[in-house]
Amino acid sequence: MTTRIVELRKGILKKNDELAAGLRGRFGQAGVLVLNLVSSPGTGKTAFLERTLKELRDRGARVAALVGDLETDNDARRLAASGAPVRQINTHGICHLDAEMIDKHLAGWEGVELDGLDYLFIENVGNLVCPSSYDLGEKVRVALLSVTEGEDKPLKYPTLFNSADAAVITKMDLAEPCGFDRELALKNINEIRPGIRIFETSSKTGVGMGEWLDYLAAERSRERFGRP
Amino acid sequence: MHELSIVSSVVETVTESLAAYPGARVLEVRLRVGALASVVVESLEFCWGIATEGTPLAGSLLVVKVVPVVARCGKCAEDVELASLQSFRCPRCGEPVTDLRQGRELEIDSIEIEENP
Repeated sequence: MTTRIVELRKGILKKNDELAAGLRGRFGQAGVLVLNLVSSPGTGKTAFLERTLKELRDRGARVAALVGDLETDNDARRLAASGAPVRQINTHGICHLDAEMIDKHLAGWEGVELDGLDYLFIENVGNLVCPSSYDLGEKVRVALLSVTEGEDKPLKYPTLFNSADAAVITKMDLAEPCGFDRELALKNINEIRPGIRIFETSSKTGVGMGEWLDYLAAERSRERFGRP
Repeated sequence: MHELSIVSSVVETVTESLAAYPGARVLEVRLRVGALASVVVESLEFCWGIATEGTPLAGSLLVVKVVPVVARCGKCAEDVELASLQSFRCPRCGEPVTDLRQGRELEIDSIEIEENP
């Protein structure tokens, strides 16, 4: 018997990463800006997305959404009320979306062609840990945090907040009754992801949505026309 | 809790690479996991026995090396190791750092096998 060491040096999520790279290429070619929304359960991802879809449509943009959920299609039904095409991805207990699920649900999505879209939103499963490992081919990863969750959430989940391209604080209309320490929250986000764009929003009152939509438009034109 | 899917993917990749070593028994599987990889090492170890059962990896040992986060500090013009995951700043000069050079790894480094004579 002889023992030997075999060097493998292989990425464990290589298959996902390769699939995601392929998706990113397709999104880029179609000129659609793809965003991956990640947060804890209850942050208000769906309400935020509902408002975003509606306001983008009011501005004449072509939008669609893929919505991850463990079991139900409640979120998809809520979002479909905006008039945008919405497709549910049930993960059946899996705590995150992966590139293969995105690929599968893009295929055969009736009435939706990537070429015909300006924005595609992917609402991830509510979870601040696992989704950070899985690239979905998105251009922009958005980490959401509500004022009711506590200002130290970014410090507790640095892996997710550090991997984000933009941060959205939701439920700003509740900031005062919750005693939300805005300065501290902004400082904590910046401590984990220095210089990140932060949007302070309320899906209920619409505060902060204008700035968010302008950011989306700018990111989209960069995706379509390249960096200036 | 996506550690079971990660471990299953390790088992799959190692099993594939064993094709080059027919009859070999796996003694040890060594992983490199970044401190920012969102993976709990204890959970990987906990899943290992279950995920390897009935595979050529059964009975093998999982060894996980945690790789610290290293970032480029623009001010020091050097790669620096972060002191904590709660502060993405250069531990020397306090400058915020965004250019990560290491710490997100999730890879199979090597395996130790016992070959048939």
